[in-house]
Amino acid sequence: MSVSRHVAMPSGPTPTYDEGAKFMGKAGKKLVKSKTKAARKVKKKRGVTKKAEPELAKATRDEAEKLARKPAEETPAKKAVPHHSTAEEMASRQREISVAEFFTKNRHLLGFDNPRKALLTTIKEGVDNSLDACEEAGILPEVMVVITPGKEEDRFRVTIEDNGPGILKKQIPRIFAKLLYGSKFHRLKMSRGQQGIGISAAGMYGQLTTGKPISIISKISHNKPAHHYELEIDTKRNEPRIIVDETVDWPVQRGTKVEIELEAKFQKGRQSVEEYLEQTAIANPHVLLHFVTPDGETKTYSRASQELPVETREIKPHPYGVELGVLIKMLHETKARTLQSFLHSEFSRISTQVARMICEKAKISERSSPTRIARQEADNLFKAINQTRIMNPRTDCLSPIGEELILAGLKKQIEADFYTSVTRPPSVYRGNPFQIEAGLAYGGSLQADGLARVLRYANRVPLLYQQSACAMTRSVLNTAWRNYALSQSAGALPSGPLVIIVHMASVWVPFTSESKEAVAHYPEIIKEVRLALQECGRRLAVFIRRRRKAAESQRKKDYIQQYIPHIAIALREMLELSERQETTIVKQLTDLLERSHS
Amino acid sequence: MSKLAAQIKDTAASVRTKIQRRSKPTLAFPLRSLSNVNYHPKQGFFQLKGKKKVRTLTVGTVKTFAQTLRMMSQAKTLVEDDEIMTKREAYYVSKNWQDARFDEQPESDTVIDDIEALFQVNREQLGFIPEEKGGEVAGKLVVIDRDSDTGKQLRIDCTKFGSGAYSIPISIEHLKFEAKAKFVLAIETAGMFQRLVKHNYWRKANCILISMGGVPTRACRRFIRRLADELKLPVYAFVDCDPYGMFNIYRTLKVGSGNAAHINRYFCVPQATFLGVTPQDIVDYKLPTHPLKEVDIKRAKDAIKNDPFVQHYKAWQDSIRQLLEMGVRAEQQAFAVHDLNYVIEHYLPEKLAAPKKFLP
Repeated sequence: MSVSRHVAMPSGPTPTYDEGAKFMGKAGKKLVKSKTKAARKVKKKRGVTKKAEPELAKATRDEAEKLARKPAEETPAKKAVPHHSTAEEMASRQREISVAEFFTKNRHLLGFDNPRKALLTTIKEGVDNSLDACEEAGILPEVMVVITPGKEEDRFRVTIEDNGPGILKKQIPRIFAKLLYGSKFHRLKMSRGQQGIGISAAGMYGQLTTGKPISIISKISHNKPAHHYELEIDTKRNEPRIIVDETVDWPVQRGTKVEIELEAKFQKGRQSVEEYLEQTAIANPHVLLHFVTPDGETKTYSRASQELPVETREIKPHPYGVELGVLIKMLHETKARTLQSFLHSEFSRISTQVARMICEKAKISERSSPTRIARQEADNLFKAINQTRIMNPRTDCLSPIGEELILAGLKKQIEADFYTSVTRPPSVYRGNPFQIEAGLAYGGSLQADGLARVLRYANRVPLLYQQSACAMTRSVLNTAWRNYALSQSAGALPSGPLVIIVHMASVWVPFTSESKEAVAHYPEIIKEVRLALQECGRRLAVFIRRRRKAAESQRKKDYIQQYIPHIAIALREMLELSERQETTIVKQLTDLLERSHS
Repeated sequence: MSKLAAQIKDTAASVRTKIQRRSKPTLAFPLRSLSNVNYHPKQGFFQLKGKKKVRTLTVGTVKTFAQTLRMMSQAKTLVEDDEIMTKREAYYVSKNWQDARFDEQPESDTVIDDIEALFQVNREQLGFIPEEKGGEVAGKLVVIDRDSDTGKQLRIDCTKFGSGAYSIPISIEHLKFEAKAKFVLAIETAGMFQRLVKHNYWRKANCILISMGGVPTRACRRFIRRLADELKLPVYAFVDCDPYGMFNIYRTLKVGSGNAAHINRYFCVPQATFLGVTPQDIVDYKLPTHPLKEVDIKRAKDAIKNDPFVQHYKAWQDSIRQLLEMGVRAEQQAFAVHDLNYVIEHYLPEKLAAPKKFLP
C-alpha cells in the first residue's frame, strides 16, 4: 500500500478523526460481493472524497468489476413464478446492501450485542478516537466522559469531550455519520483505531434505539468558531444526513465533544465503563480522565506522566504479511512502472537487489509492467517472495508504553506491595512488527483469595470481553506460575493477590473478530507474551520468597522467645542458679537459636 | 541428696555447660520400641539394644525441650521431698507454665516416659504415679503392709475377703509376703476372676488368684514378679485366645514391652507360662468362637514378624499360625457353653495336670 492511501486531510496538521476504518477489509469485501451498486457507489465516493476512501474500492474492485455487467438493480421487479426461478427473477431479488444496513442487522459484530455492552462500546470508541487524535497532534489528552440518565429508564446520554485538535467542519458529517470512513484502515501505523467504524456505528446504534441524532461540537483553534452538528446516518445510502449545522460559542481552546443518546444499561463491576476507564488509565498514564456517573458522582483518573507516547511511524507492508489477493491488488494500483521498482517502493525491507532476486526466482523479468502481471505470474511472484530471505520489518514504528510508565500506571490505580514490568524487544508475526509488554502488581489491597486478574491491552486499549478466546490469556494460563511461588491449579489462572497486565503493540493487531475483543493465537505472539510473563514471574518470585523468608524468621524468633525462658527457669530450679544467671542463659540461648537455620 | 536427684542435677548441668559453650544442648533418650529390644531367655525379659534418640535443642524442638526440662525439675522436687504426683496431676501442674504448658495429658505422659527412660528408672521412683488400678488378689496369700500413720505392721490375709478381693496398691516395694500356695493364676478378665473367687477355687487348687483386668499395670506385674521371686511360685496366665490376650497381655506380663524396655527388668515375670486358652484348646474343648477381626490378624502377623519374644519360640509361631488358619478367636468365658462351672471342674484341673500343653 502506498503512502498516498492515507486519508487526505484537507489542511495542515489536522489529525485524523477517524471513523470509518474500524471494520476490517474482510467484512468490507463480503458486503460488496454480488452487488454492483456497491462497486459503483464506492467509485463515486472515491470521486467525492478523492483519496479518502479508495481502499474499500480497491479491496473489492476485482469482484465488483466482475459483477459490473450484471444489471441487478435495473432488472424490473417481476412477480415470482411459483416454481423455478429464472436467472432474471433471481436477479430481481438481488439488491445492494449498504454497509449501514448490514451493521444494523449485525450489530453484535461491532460490540453492540446488548444494552450494557452498547454503552461500553460507545464510550470506548469515543475515548479511543479522542486519545488517538490528541496523541497524533502532540497534545496531552484530557478526556471527560459523562453519562446522564435519559427520561426513560433504559436510556442514557453519553458525552465524550476532549482537548484534542478538533475536526475540520467539512469532515465532521462523514466522520461521524458514515460508516467505513477514516484514516487508519489504509495505513500500517500503530493506533488504537484500526478498522474504522467505531464512532459512527455508535451514533447509528443511538439513532436506531432512540431515534435521536448524534451531536458534535468541534473547534480547531481558539480564534476559529466552534461548529455544532446534529447528524443522522442514512442507512440505505450510508451517507450523513445533516439535521443541525450551526456555529456556536464554545469557550474552549480547541477540542471535540460528541453526544449520543442510546438505549443502554449502566452497571458497575466487571466489564463496566468504570473498569474500562480504570484500565485505560493504567495503560495510558499520560491521560487525564474525568468520569461523571449517572448518579452524578465524579471520578478523576489523574495523570502519572507528563510525556506523550513516542509518535509512531507509518510503515509500508512487509512482504511476508501480504496475501496473494492483496498483492494482485497492489500490482494493479501501483504507480511503479517496473516490477523491480514496484517491489522496492511498495514494500518495506526490499532493496533493489532483493527485488531482483525475487524476480529471478519467479522467472519474471524485473522490467515487466506490474499492471500487466497476469494471475499466473502473480502466483509465482507470491511464491518467490515467500521463498526469499527478507529482513524483518523495522520496529521503530511501535510505541510501547515502556516499563517505567507501566509501573507508574499500575501504582496509580492499584494499591499493591510489589510491582514489576517488562517490555520485550519487538518481534514479528506474518510480516507485522509487534511488541509485547507485561506487568504485575502483587499483594497490598488486592484480594488474597481467588484468581489473579488479567488485564489485556492492544495498542493501549483495554480488552474487556472474550478473555478466554484471547492469545494473551492463553499465555497466562500456560505459564507455570508455580515456579514463581504462586499457586495455580491445572488449566487455571494463578491464584493470589495478583494483577497481571499484558499489552500488545502492533501496526496491525490480529483480532479474532471485528469487535476487537480477543487477539488471535499466533505462535509468535503467544511466545513473546510467555517470555514477558516469565521475566515478571521471576522477579515476583524473588519478592515473594524474600517476604516469606522474613515472615518465617520473624515467626521463628517469636517461637523461640516463647520457650527459651522456660528452659532457663528449669535450669535455675534444678541448679539453684541466681536470676542473673538465668537471664544470661536466656541471652545465650536466644543467640544460639537465632543464628541457627533449623 | 538422693542418687536420682544428683543424676537429674548432673544432666541439667551438662545442658547448661553446652549453652555456655555456645553449642546446642542435647538430651539422649533410649529409643523406646520393639525394634530396640533383645530377648534372651536366660535374662527372661526384653532388654534395650542401646539405640538412642538424641534430642538437640533447635527451633523445632525448643518447646518439647523446655517442657522436658521443666518436668525434670518437677521430678527433682518430688524426689527430694519424697512426694508423689499422679500423671494427671503433673499435667495440671504444667498449666502454670504459660506457653510451655501441655494441652493434652498424652503429651505430658510422653515427656514423663522420656525422663524415666533418660534416667533408666521407673516413673514411680521419680514420684510420678499412674491413675490406674493395680489388680486384685484372692487366695492363699498374706500381704504384710504398714499402717501409714503408726508404722505398725498389718497382716492382710487374702483368703478373708469373702466375695471381694485385695487390691494391689500402686507402690508395692515395701510389701512382704507369706504364702503356702502352689502357684499363681493370673486371669485376664474380672468376670472369670469373680467366678473363681465365688467358688473358692483357690482353696480347691491351693493357689493365689490375681485379676489383671486387661494388660497388667506395672504395679500388678511387679507384684506378681515378687511373688514369683520371693515365694518361688510358678505363674500361670489364663487369658482369652486371641492376639491381644497372647501378646499385649501375656507377653507384657512375661517379658515386658518395647515402650517400657528400660524398666522391664523390674516389671516382668519371666517365670510365667501360658496356661490357656490356647488355639488347641478351642479344638479340644469345642469352644464357640468369633471370627478374627482385621486388627487381630494384623497384630498376629506383626508378632511373627517383629516380636523378638515370638521369634524366639517356635511353639508360639506355630500357635499363631494355627490360630490364623482357623481364623477364629475364643474368650475364656466360652467354657460356659458346656456348663457354668465347667472351667472349674474340668478345664483348669485338666490343664494343670498336663503342663506340657502350656505355651512358653
